[in-house]
Amino acid sequence: MLEYLLDPANWSGSGGIGMRIAEHLLYTFITMAIAALIAMPLGILIGVSGRGEAFIAGIANALRALPTLGLLILIVMLVAPLIANRLAFAVPAIIVLVLLAVPPILTGTYSGIQNADRDAVQAARGMGFTTLQILFRVQLPIALPLIMSGLRGSLLQVVSTATVAAFVSLGGLGRFIIDGRANQDYPQMFAGAIVVAAVALGLELFFILLERIVVSPGLQRRTKTSFAPAAAG
Amino acid sequence: MRTMKKLTAVLAASTLALAGCAASDPLDTDDGDNGGDNPGAITIGSADFAESQILASIYALALTDAGIEVEERSNIGSREVYMLALQDGSIDLVPEYVGALLRYVDTESTETELEDVLPALDEHLPEGIVYLEPSDAANSNALAVTADTADEYGLETFSDVTPHAGEWSIGGPPEWEQRQNGIVGLRDVYGMEFNEFVALDAGGPLSLSALENGQVEVANIFTTNPVLAEGGIVALEDDESLFAVENVTPVGSEEALSQEAIDVLNSISEQLTTEHLIELNQLSDDGAPIEQIARDWIDENLS
Repeated sequence: MLEYLLDPANWSGSGGIGMRIAEHLLYTFITMAIAALIAMPLGILIGVSGRGEAFIAGIANALRALPTLGLLILIVMLVAPLIANRLAFAVPAIIVLVLLAVPPILTGTYSGIQNADRDAVQAARGMGFTTLQILFRVQLPIALPLIMSGLRGSLLQVVSTATVAAFVSLGGLGRFIIDGRANQDYPQMFAGAIVVAAVALGLELFFILLERIVVSPGLQRRTKTSFAPAAAG
Repeated sequence: MRTMKKLTAVLAASTLALAGCAASDPLDTDDGDNGGDNPGAITIGSADFAESQILASIYALALTDAGIEVEERSNIGSREVYMLALQDGSIDLVPEYVGALLRYVDTESTETELEDVLPALDEHLPEGIVYLEPSDAANSNALAVTADTADEYGLETFSDVTPHAGEWSIGGPPEWEQRQNGIVGLRDVYGMEFNEFVALDAGGPLSLSALENGQVEVANIFTTNPVLAEGGIVALEDDESLFAVENVTPVGSEEALSQEAIDVLNSISEQLTTEHLIELNQLSDDGAPIEQIARDWIDENLS
C-alpha cells in the first residue's frame, strides 16, 4: 500500500504528489481568504450590534447541511454558460468550499465578541474608549481564541473537502482519490487519502503554534489566571 | 430553459441513485414469492441504469405475453455483480452489450467488430452461460462535438478530429486517461494528441455542459444518449473502429431458457433498433414508468 508513496517518481512532475499538494493548498488558501473576508466582518457586526444572530446562525447552519458534491455540480451547471474557459470549474469549486468555510468562522467571531467579559468592556468605556477602540483593543483580543478556533475548524473542513475539486476536472489531492477509484488503482487512492490527512495535521499544528503567538498570554489556557475560563468559554 | 432541463436531469439522476440505495437487496433469496426459487419461472435481472431496466422489462412482458412464467429482479448493479448472480443461478437472463461483456469475461480482449467479438465470447463465456442472437440495436462509446463545431470544421468521423486535437480539450470519465478504450486508444489508433484531458463524467451532465459551453471541444458520449436526437450535439463515426461494438443481446443460463423463450427473445432483438434505444431513454428521462415504456414498445413492435 505504501509503495505508491515511497516511489519518488510519483512525487515529481505536473501530476506528482508535490504539485498536487501545492494545488490543494492553493485552493485551501484562496477559500480561507475569501471566507475570512466575508465571515469576520459579518461576525463582528453581529457580535457588536447583538442583532441578527438567530437569522445568520440559522443560515450558517443550513449552509453546513448542504451536500457539497451535489451543490458543486449544480453550481457548475449554472456557471458554465457564463464562463467559456476552465475557470467554469474552478469558480464553483471555490464557491462551495467558501460556503463550507464561512459558518465556523462566523460563529467563532460573533460568539467570541458577545462573550467578551462585560466588565472589561464597561471598564474600557469608563476610561473613555470609543466604540471602535473598544472593539479593536478589548473585544477582538478577548475574542481571539474563539475566532482562531473558528478559523481552525473551518480550515480543517476545507482541506479535507477540497478533494471534491477533482470531481470537476481540477487538480489537488482529490485527483489521486478519484483517478485511483476510476482505474481501480487502490494504492493510489490510499496514498491520496494519507497525504490529505497528513496535510490537514500539518496545518493543524501550524495553527496551534500561530495561536500561541497571536493570542494574549493572559487568555491562553496554559496560563493560570482567573481571566481565562470566562473568555475561552 | 436548457439549464433548467439539465438541472432536472441531475435531480432525476440523483433521485434514481437514491432509489437504488433504498431498494431491497435484489439478490436476497429469502423472499418467498420473488426469488429464483420458483423452478418453472425465468428470473430476469438488469443492470442499474434505465436502458438495461427497460430492456429487462420488455423481455419480461413479452415472455409473459407468450405464456411463459417470469420473475423480475431489476436494478441489480454493475456487471461485476449481475454476472455472478447469473452464474450462481440467482437470475437466469439479463440484457447485455456484446463488447462490454467480452471485455468483462476476457480483460485482455481487443476485438471490436461483431464477427470477431462473437467467436471470442463463445470461447470465454463461463460454462452454461449463452448469448442469443444479437440485436442491430447498439449503444457504443463515441466522441461528441457540438453541431456548430462539426459544421465549422467539417467533422463527420473520428479521423476528422485528429488535425485539430492539438488545440482542443477532450472531456471524459477519469478512467479514460489511462485506458485503451479512451485517450490511449485515441492516440494509438487515430494519432490524436489532445491539448488537454478534462476528467468529468461518461457523457453525463458535466460533460454535456462543458461541451455546450465551450470548456471542452470534444467529449465522450454514449450513442443512445437522447441529447443526440435534439441536434445540438452530434456523435462522430468511429471510422477506425477503436471502440468495440455494443449490440444488445439477451444473455442467460442455457438450461433455464426453453426454445419457446428463445424464440420470443429473438423476435425482440430482431425488432429492436438503436433509434428505439434513444427513444426509450428519452421517455425514461422524461419520467415515464419503465413498465409503461416497455409495454408501449411491445404494443408497437411485436404485434
